[in-house]
Amino acid sequence: MGRFVVKRLGGMVAVLFAVSILTFLIFNVIPSSDPAQRMAGKNATPRLVASISEEWGFDESLPQQYLTMMKKIFSGEVISYEGREDVDERILEGVGPTFSLCIGAAVLWMFFGVLFGYLSATRAGGLLDRVLTIVAVAGISMPVFLIGEILLVYLTYKTGILPSGGYVELAENPLEWAEHLILPWVTLAIVYVGIYSRVLRSNMLDAMGEDYVRTARAKGLSERRVMSRHVMRNSLVPIVTLFGLDFGALLGGAIVVEAIFSLNGIGEYAYISLINTDLPPIMAIVLFGAFFVVLFNALVDIAYAYLDPRVKLGESAR
Amino acid sequence: MYGGRTSLLIGFAAALLTTLLATVLGLLAGYHRGWTDAVISRALDVVWAFPVTLLAIALGLALAVGGLRIGPLHLSGSSLWIPILIIGAVYVPYMARPIRGEVLSLREKEFVEAAEAQGAGPLRVMFGELLPNLWSTIIVFFTLGVANSMLLEAMLSFLGVGVQAPETSWGTMVGSGFQLITSAPQLSLIPGAMILLTVLSVNVFGDGLRDALDPRSKLRLEVHAGMPEPEGTAV
Repeated sequence: MGRFVVKRLGGMVAVLFAVSILTFLIFNVIPSSDPAQRMAGKNATPRLVASISEEWGFDESLPQQYLTMMKKIFSGEVISYEGREDVDERILEGVGPTFSLCIGAAVLWMFFGVLFGYLSATRAGGLLDRVLTIVAVAGISMPVFLIGEILLVYLTYKTGILPSGGYVELAENPLEWAEHLILPWVTLAIVYVGIYSRVLRSNMLDAMGEDYVRTARAKGLSERRVMSRHVMRNSLVPIVTLFGLDFGALLGGAIVVEAIFSLNGIGEYAYISLINTDLPPIMAIVLFGAFFVVLFNALVDIAYAYLDPRVKLGESAR
Repeated sequence: MYGGRTSLLIGFAAALLTTLLATVLGLLAGYHRGWTDAVISRALDVVWAFPVTLLAIALGLALAVGGLRIGPLHLSGSSLWIPILIIGAVYVPYMARPIRGEVLSLREKEFVEAAEAQGAGPLRVMFGELLPNLWSTIIVFFTLGVANSMLLEAMLSFLGVGVQAPETSWGTMVGSGFQLITSAPQLSLIPGAMILLTVLSVNVFGDGLRDALDPRSKLRLEVHAGMPEPEGTAV
């Protein structure tokens, strides 16, 4: 077990290294224009361009440029060119709202995703199943901003039931914190409820056809017990994997949702930087987001190996 | 209304690009195994490590300002090819992995051995023997690719890093309408609803197609949410 964890974490470091190189390539090598010019923004003076070029070492060799970039990000020296803020500091400030958003939405979508998936699998082919399937496909097809805008227009501007956005610290006022986050939570959760309920439904239907379920029934176990102990337990495993991956990706920025509800988290920071074509923050946020995906991937794998020893064997046999 | 043309064009073109790249990479990795497989799989892992939207945004921002120059080919920042290339590229790992898994199991079948015994070269086996067996998977993934590509295009354009002026798409319309959401919400809501309806119809169509072609109905949702292939096919 210990060896597996170490190996997996080693792999994680290797992937992160490759990720940082790719990020560097995306921003500094692939585009055809002068990177300093791009970084300086749309209305840059030649002096600013020259100073950026100097600061990031754009006239040096590529590996040297890469080292300069990584050093800057880790030592917290990245400064945005729009507003001259410290990027790392701003990202850390955004962690609170972004985590609140993601965790709340995740609780919602896990609950409803599992509930809907369970209901439609146990009543497969029935009316409720069909209705839930239609709802789920509609949820999957929904552009995130459309849900956000509809909720915003009808629950906030037209009726004034809920605040239109902003973020209140949990420690300051828990009630207002939740009130400000309800709409973003729901917006973000709708898409995932659709996906999760459908995955769970098809997993459960597959599991119900398995021999061990027939055996369990033949033993005379109650339907409830068959469902909870045999079917659900096996069907939930892929859901947990999915959850780890999606959640990691989310933390990097639910950009659209945060932009619509001005949540002041990492995602909104990315949105503002995009509007200003401010490259350094985006670069840092992309790395930050990738870090969470890789971290959660590794955590999921380790949790898996812990729960199911066969995974570990498969890994070493490769 | 012309915005819809752009949205549909990008959706289809990007999905086509993803399908093409993923099929070729999946075939190469699955058929040759060994080094080829290791290199392709690791490269895909790296792309996989990025959140899809963030990667697309990073590429969109970097290319929208400067344009792209590959050899003699030059694309200006506002070219429609840029969102197509970006969206086509970011979804490749999500499709190439399942295809690779399927090729890995197919290549052990007798018909591959028979073809090899007749002296068919690797290209012939890959495209003449294996590819026809992958069609149903490829078609299913393609329709889902269209739906996902349209959603991603809309999101990128909404954020200002997808389709650039003077071109418009439904996504850019939603984005510019969003500035006026308090006074004229319909400016943003109507193009948004159009996206929903189009993607919904593609998804429903894909569902039907899947039921018709593929008995293993789980595939579709796996690719959408980016779930890794089931254990066992990987080994």
